[in-house]
Amino acid sequence: MESAPLAPRSALPPVSPRRRRTDRAVRALLWLATGLALVPLVLIIFYILKKGIGALSVEFFTTDPTGNFLGAKGGVKSAILGTIEIVGFATLVAVPLGVGVALYLTEYGAGRLAQAVRFFVDVMTGVPSIVFGLFVYLTLVLAGTGGSSFAGWKGSAALALLMLPVVTRSAEVVLKLVPDSLREAALALGAPRWKVIVRVVLPSAASGIVTGALLAVARAAGETAPLLFTATIVKATTLDLNQPMNSLPAQIFQDLKQPDDELVQRAWGAAITLVAMILIVTLIAKSIQRRSRAMGVR
Amino acid sequence: MEAGTQAAPGGGRSLDRSPLARLPDRVVRIGLTAISAAILLLLAYFFVKLALEARPVFEKFGVLNFVFENNWDVSKGIYGALPLLVGTLITSALALTIGVPVAVAVALFLTELCPRRARGSLTVLVDMLAAVPSVVYGLWAFYFLIPKLKPVEQWFADTFHFVPFVATENVAGPNYFIAGLILAIMILPIVSAISREVLSTVPADQKEASLALGATRWEMIRTSMLPYARRGIVGGSMLGLGRAIGETIAVTIVIGDNPILGHSIFDQGYTLAAVIANEFSEAASDPLHKAALIGAGLVLFVLTLLVNSIARLLVIRSERQGSKPIAVGH
Repeated sequence: MESAPLAPRSALPPVSPRRRRTDRAVRALLWLATGLALVPLVLIIFYILKKGIGALSVEFFTTDPTGNFLGAKGGVKSAILGTIEIVGFATLVAVPLGVGVALYLTEYGAGRLAQAVRFFVDVMTGVPSIVFGLFVYLTLVLAGTGGSSFAGWKGSAALALLMLPVVTRSAEVVLKLVPDSLREAALALGAPRWKVIVRVVLPSAASGIVTGALLAVARAAGETAPLLFTATIVKATTLDLNQPMNSLPAQIFQDLKQPDDELVQRAWGAAITLVAMILIVTLIAKSIQRRSRAMGVR
Repeated sequence: MEAGTQAAPGGGRSLDRSPLARLPDRVVRIGLTAISAAILLLLAYFFVKLALEARPVFEKFGVLNFVFENNWDVSKGIYGALPLLVGTLITSALALTIGVPVAVAVALFLTELCPRRARGSLTVLVDMLAAVPSVVYGLWAFYFLIPKLKPVEQWFADTFHFVPFVATENVAGPNYFIAGLILAIMILPIVSAISREVLSTVPADQKEASLALGATRWEMIRTSMLPYARRGIVGGSMLGLGRAIGETIAVTIVIGDNPILGHSIFDQGYTLAAVIANEFSEAASDPLHKAALIGAGLVLFVLTLLVNSIARLLVIRSERQGSKPIAVGH
């Protein structure tokens, strides 16, 4: 597309030096901007590796924070497990619900209700995570639902609210891409509607749905604000979702401004861990997406 | 779309199902509808609950005074959220001013200039900016950006002191500008991703027509791509703005947490989201303080609602122009 080699040169007036200069300058600017955009990424990765790599050790992953002023500060075991538990439970709640809403919108939805649902799912996408945290704090934590005040599952509830619209939107997009001819073929063969959904529509859209769900997981795993009000920050590891639960972002936030180099270093180490976890999930999601795109289905 | 209501001709077997066989169908349909309706009810409850819990502070100060009074003094029990609201607006405006031009430039570069082989990996790299959690942005900004940029900011504040809102005697470490900068980095991937999708819907013949008329690459971009994609880009920027307004932790770490309205972008400040994150634990025992924070949450919610509704409208409209569906929101 650079220039048409077959066209005779004389067909067009020559590009004046001023126009050529402007073109060059803009191209250079675009190159520069892209380079500039990548600078923070490089700096962040370089910096957390430089500061945090020293914190990583076997103890770092296998001990809980001690909270002692003197002596060993402990690692981030409880935070890693807490993040996995909280986000895992949130995923279990948000993905079926989100896909359910998306199925309703693509397979059954018509009329006012569907329009309203679609609009408000969009609204939910924009609600700041801290406001969801506040809501869960008011409804579940203060009310002492389940006999606990702060609890891991309440953190999951806040994250699920955050993930749901992301899952729904992305699932809706891929479900819409399933060709109607597939649905009609199955219906024409006498399959009931629910079987068409379960056996034809969902499998064709599966990879797209999984991608969307994983991206939602990646986003939720990095959230700090809603967890501060709901799962809070504790030291010990717990497997009981009805107990207050630690998480990596909350632990980083806690350690970040401490006047103790060891604690700050633990924050950097925890940052490496968290970024690595999120990157792995994101890259899996992207590779599923790319593979299914290569096969011709989105 | 009930399936199989007609008897199959000649087959001898009717496709009509017994009521029992139709049951699962009905269950699935009602179930999915119920889930969707439940989400609506939940959101309605969400809004009502926040409004009810914020009522004490609205009753005491009045809604307008709560939002526009420039006095947030917890020790005296006075809650006027203007310094927080302005802080949110300033940091978001800075984020847009810095972030959007770069994001659009990146999108243009990736769709038009980038060598095909590098395009995939560069796209992944830009998207990776979205994978960094906000607390890690905060951590990095606190230990790297703040100390490294402070001399530059001081020089800038001294040299351009005649520009409004720039001059300040002593540049604060954490300040509005740092918060805006970190927000700019955080919204860059989403603005750039949406711009890229919109730019890729520009019809090839429109671009080729302009090149065939002798336009340079930049003239082609300016005359046939940008006007076509403008609405989508603006919509994407608004979505980025929504993100910036609601972002909490990174801003909390680098804004300085000072509820006095600063005179310069290099002064310490506060935002609506940051105040909730910081003061919430001390507010648990003080009903009015708690209500004030919930009120701040409500203002934040309404603000993002406005911004996002406008954004959706713009993106949907430019989506209709093009033929490709654009996935928004992730």
